Order: sequence, then C-alpha cells, then structure tokens
Amino acid sequence: MAAGPSRRRFLLGGAVAGSAGLTLGARGLVEAPTTTAGLEHDGAADTTPHGGGVSGPTFRQGSTVDHVANGFHPSKILRDFDYGTVSALPDGRVRRDWEVFASDEDIEVAPGLQFPAWTFNSRIPGPTLRCQEGDLLRVSFTNGSAHPHTMHFHGIHPAAMDGVPDVGLGVIEPGQQVTYEFDAAPFGLHLYHCHVSPLPEHIARGMYGTFIIDPEQGRPPADEMIMVMHGYNTTFDGEGNQLYAVNGIPFHYMHEPVQVKRNELVRIYLVNILEYDPINSFHLHGNFFDYYPTGTRLQPSELTDTVIQGQGQRGICEVRFPYTGKFMFHAHKTEFADLGWMGFFEVVG
Amino acid sequence: MYIRSSTRTSAWVLGLVAVLLLGAALSALALLGERSLPERTGPPIEQLAVERTELTPGVIELTVRNTGPDPVQVAQVFVNDAYVDFAGTTEPIGRLGTDTLRLDYPWRDGQPYLVSMLTSTGLVIEHEIPVAVDTPRADAGFFGLMALLGTYVGIIPVLLGMMFLPLLRRAGGNAVRVLLAVTVGLLAFLVVDGTTEGFELAERTGGAFGGAALVVLGAVLAFLLLTAIDRWVRGRQQPAGGDARSGFGLALMIAVGIGLHNLGEGLAIGAAYAVGELALGTALVIGFALHNTTEGIAVVAPLTATRPSVLRLLALGLIAGAPAILGALLGAAVNNAELSAFLLGIGVGAIIQVIVQIMPTLRERADSVIDPLAIGGLIGGVLIMYLTGLLVAA
Repeated sequence: MAAGPSRRRFLLGGAVAGSAGLTLGARGLVEAPTTTAGLEHDGAADTTPHGGGVSGPTFRQGSTVDHVANGFHPSKILRDFDYGTVSALPDGRVRRDWEVFASDEDIEVAPGLQFPAWTFNSRIPGPTLRCQEGDLLRVSFTNGSAHPHTMHFHGIHPAAMDGVPDVGLGVIEPGQQVTYEFDAAPFGLHLYHCHVSPLPEHIARGMYGTFIIDPEQGRPPADEMIMVMHGYNTTFDGEGNQLYAVNGIPFHYMHEPVQVKRNELVRIYLVNILEYDPINSFHLHGNFFDYYPTGTRLQPSELTDTVIQGQGQRGICEVRFPYTGKFMFHAHKTEFADLGWMGFFEVVG
Repeated sequence: MYIRSSTRTSAWVLGLVAVLLLGAALSALALLGERSLPERTGPPIEQLAVERTELTPGVIELTVRNTGPDPVQVAQVFVNDAYVDFAGTTEPIGRLGTDTLRLDYPWRDGQPYLVSMLTSTGLVIEHEIPVAVDTPRADAGFFGLMALLGTYVGIIPVLLGMMFLPLLRRAGGNAVRVLLAVTVGLLAFLVVDGTTEGFELAERTGGAFGGAALVVLGAVLAFLLLTAIDRWVRGRQQPAGGDARSGFGLALMIAVGIGLHNLGEGLAIGAAYAVGELALGTALVIGFALHNTTEGIAVVAPLTATRPSVLRLLALGLIAGAPAILGALLGAAVNNAELSAFLLGIGVGAIIQVIVQIMPTLRERADSVIDPLAIGGLIGGVLIMYLTGLLVAA
C-alpha cells in the first residue's frame, strides 16, 4: 500500500530487467501514466452531487478516486480506441502492431479502497484494440506481472494463437514476451482476456479488454464509445462482487456524465465480462436503441431500451437522443446498479 | 531499632533496583524485539465491533470500535446491497479506537437490514439489524417509562414477596430452614441465569475488553468486595467473633446481592426495549411479578426471628428492587454490551456471596450435614425459578 504511482513501472521494470534480452515497447512505458488532460469532450466534472437517502445510492458524498494515481480515467477510456501501429504488407494488406503488457497494480476502485488488480497496460478495462476485418494483427505481449498470464482473443484464429494453457504459445510466465499473430475475423465486437487458471480470479482481478473488428465498408459515422461492464470482488471470496462498474470505476459517470449531442448518432460498444454473477444488463432511460448482437450483422436485431448479456456476450447499441438533458443508464439488475453500475448521459443541444 | 530501620531502607533500595532493572529490560526488549523478530507475514487483521446502533428517521447511526490489532479505515458503506452516503472519520480507526458512522438511508420500520462496511483493503465487515425500529429518544417520557418498567419488574414483585413475612413467622424453625434452602435454590438459578446471559452479551462485544472475561471479572470483584464489607461489618458488630448472624444483617446482604442482580436484569430489559425486542405489556409484568416475588421471599427469610420496622423492610425492598430502574435506564440509554456483561457479572458475584452466607444456616446444627429437607428446599427453589422464568417472554 505504501507504493506510489511509480510502483507499476518499478514492478514492470524489475520483471523486464530480470529476464535478459527482453525489451519493452516504449509505447507501453509512455502510455502508463495516463493523465486526465484532454477530456475536452467529457470536460469538467459535474459537481452537483447525486444520490443519498431516497435520491439513490452513492459513495460517500464528496469522495472520488484519484484517477491520476490510478493512471487511467474512465471518461477517457470511454472513447479511447487503440488502432495500433499501422504499416502496409507487400500484398497491400494492413498490418497492425500493438504492445500490451501485464502488470500488478493497486488501483483505487472506490474512494478510499485499494484493489490489488492484475491488468493489461495498467488499466481496467485493458486497451480497446481496434482494427478492420482482413488486417494482419500482431500483439506483442510482455508479462510484467508476478503471475503467469495469457491473452485469449475472441475471434477466428489458429489454435496456436488461442492464448490458453498447453496449446500453442501456452502460459506466458512472468518476464516472458510473446507475439500473438492472426488475421482479423469476423467483423464485430469482441473481447480478449487472460485464460490462466484459476480463470475466475484472473478475470475478476481485471484482465480483460475490448477487441473491435470493423467491417470492410465501415459503419455510419457516429460518436463512438466503449462500455465494458464488470465488477470487483474485493473480498476475494468468489461469491459475487462488492462493486459493479462500467469502464473501471463504479458510479463514475454519475459525477461525470457521458456528454453527447442531441440527434447525433451515438454508437456504444457494450461488453459484459462480469465474473461471479450469471448475467448483467444495460438499460437506457428515456430513449431506445438499435441492438446489434456481437456486432456481426449490419442489421439490428431489435429496437429496445434494455438488453441482457451473459459473461462474454457483447453487442452494439445505436441511439439518437431527441431530447436534451440528463438520462440515466444502468444495469436493470438493480442490485448491480445500487452497487455502482449506474451513470448519466448528458445530452446537449 | 537501628537494625530494623536499616532493613527497611535496604528493602526499599532493593525494590527500587528491581523496578529499574525491569524498566531497562523492557526498554531493551522494545528496541531489540522489533529488529530481531519478523513482521507478521499475513495481511492486516481488520475487526470492527458495532457497540451501538441508533435508528432515527432516514438515518442509521453505528458506533463502532476497532477490536482488532491493526488500524481499520472504513472506505465505503452499503446497506442491503446499495451504497450510501455517510458521515464519520476519514482517518483509520486505531486499535480500541471508536467512531460513529451516520448513514443516510431511508430505512423502514420493522424490516431487517444488513450494513456492510467496506474497508480500505476491500474487506467487508457486516452488521445485522434484525428488525429496524426507531431508537427511543432520551427524553422525560422515556425516562418515565423506564422508571415504570423498573418498578414493575423490580420493586413491586420484591415488595409483594416480602409480604409473606407474617406467614413465615407463624411457621416453625424447620419451615424457615427449608425456606432458606428454597432461597439458595432460587439464587443458584439466578447465578446460572446471569452467567449465561452475561456470556451471551459478551460474545457480541467483539472481545476488545475481554469478552466473557468481563463477566468473570465482575463476579470475582463483586464477590470479594462484598465479602470484605461483610467481614468488616461483622467485625464491628461482634468483636469477639462467632458465626451467629443477626437476621437483619443477613437480610441486608441478600437484598444487596439481589439488588445487584436486578441491576443487570434491568439492563437487559432496557437494552431489549431500545432495540425493539421487548414485548411490553401484561404478560411481561405478570411474568416478572411471579418470578421476582420469590426474590422478596428470599430477602425476608432471615427475618422470622426479628421484628424490624416497616421503614427498614421498605428500605430492604428498595435495595433489592430499585436497581432494576437504574439498570433499565442504563440499558436503554447506553445500550453497551460490554457494560451490560460486566454488570451482569457483578450480579452473579454478589449472589454467590449471598449463597455462601446463607449456606451455614441450612444445617440443623453447626456440625451436621445438610439434611434431605433442606436439599428438597434447594430443588424446590431451582424449579420455582425455572417454571416462573418460562412466564417471562423477554
């Protein structure tokens, strides 16, 4: 607990130094201390307190987590798409390279509460890797954690690149570096996560992220954002979670509503990776959205305001907000909502 | 003369040297022990005991005490799976430290609640409120009610029991002996009753101040203190010694012992009322009247041969019964499980002391063993308490 924000780089540095010949992509080091600057869109925090008593659940009023010390900010994660380093292959295809590292971090997941997390690129959820179908993807993975990990992608790829123990690259031990390489298919909204046993713990500790494969023809222009639904089992008893959230910090978008423009198309990449609970859900107030399960078809399956997802399920929500004002979104499993999985959209004219 | 004074001086010096050596050794241990022994390898041990729960409309107030070895910081709180706003310290609570958390939560009358305190390390410390009821305000009406309750369960039954005195006087010496045996039986039952109740309460305290040991401490202290007082009083009354007890002296000791017991009993009643667990009403009053009337008989049992004034009898009754009022007030207003456990222990010790005093009078002659008649009385006393105890639903 005594470690400051610099601890993650120290740990990682130690792990890397301890394994001769390993180098870490400069990108990872530069990215780790994410600042809260550049939030022009989500801008200044809404200082009006919400909740308390009959007004609803809230953390202790006036208390917020230290995003700077955490090294990531949910308002920034919301629209943070990592397209990797792009280069052209001789056959004209696009090649994308990413540097991803695993590390152990103490993250303030609720004001005053430090959670000993295992992360991809020092954040929860991990980076949103985005590409187009047909691209060649190369993900260099360095395990800077004290525990063995893998990167297991949802998608179509050779068995050797599946990121599970005893197959292909298998388990990546601390200090090891490997490269997962496969073609981007099929287009849609996917995810990746660690697949080392005990699997529930590796996921619950924070090792997951979003993986988007855009269709060749693209999707209509929109204000795009990701929402990863997850939880924190702070007692590590494996029986449910004490905290529920989207994009890392419970209740965050209650204080800093997601800013959207009236009548503009908003596209939400919604992923559920919640451990220990069988289902999760997403409900939007005052508006309806087109839902594209897994994002693998360009036609929506339904127009709704509530969807249910099991672990690993995901889908794209497309919505235009006709009215200005604040609209809640939360799990319509209200227990999860009251334990942190709720937020606001703020529609401006 | 000279030798004796020098011996005394050297004893002082020796004592001083011993104390200084002890101090030096402890300081050295404090300095070296930390370096020579490793730190605990496990995670911090976080414990909080809720000592008091106060419910007012829209607010749940918990007084917590850190009963573990490490500091505890309450980061967030959720009630029935919903996070709540709360006021309270933002600093860690040190060992044996205490703090009050005011939770902003719209609780409803009669419903159960589970308060979960999430510490800075992610541990959840739970506190169950079995049934939420408005905590009584400490105003005049409340004190009046507690005084009335104490009077019903303490003073009135004891005075009723004392009214058996004329009947006891008519009965012969054997009958009085049996009656005293019945009294011992009653008191023995109260010892067991008070001990179990004290241990039960002590379990809820979290053990920061000794838990069950508090009951034993109270009992031992009360026993020794009352024995000392008894010896002192007896020594003044009969400088020549002898074991013949004046009837009134014994009655007074019995009244004090029962009074201390009723203090603990009142405490339990007041505390039960404060958390809404006490069914007030006729059943309770009648039950306690029957149960505690026997205590009144116990007080007057040694008085068959004497003729104390009505005022003295009334004083005895108040000594035995009135502490129930004080207990009820304390129990409802303070509602501290540790204090209650300690006071129940005091009641137990006081009653054991009374039993020790009565026991010799159960024998026909000073050198004989206790006869079957007296043993029958003992059994009768225990049974009476058991059966009348069933009437008290509290």
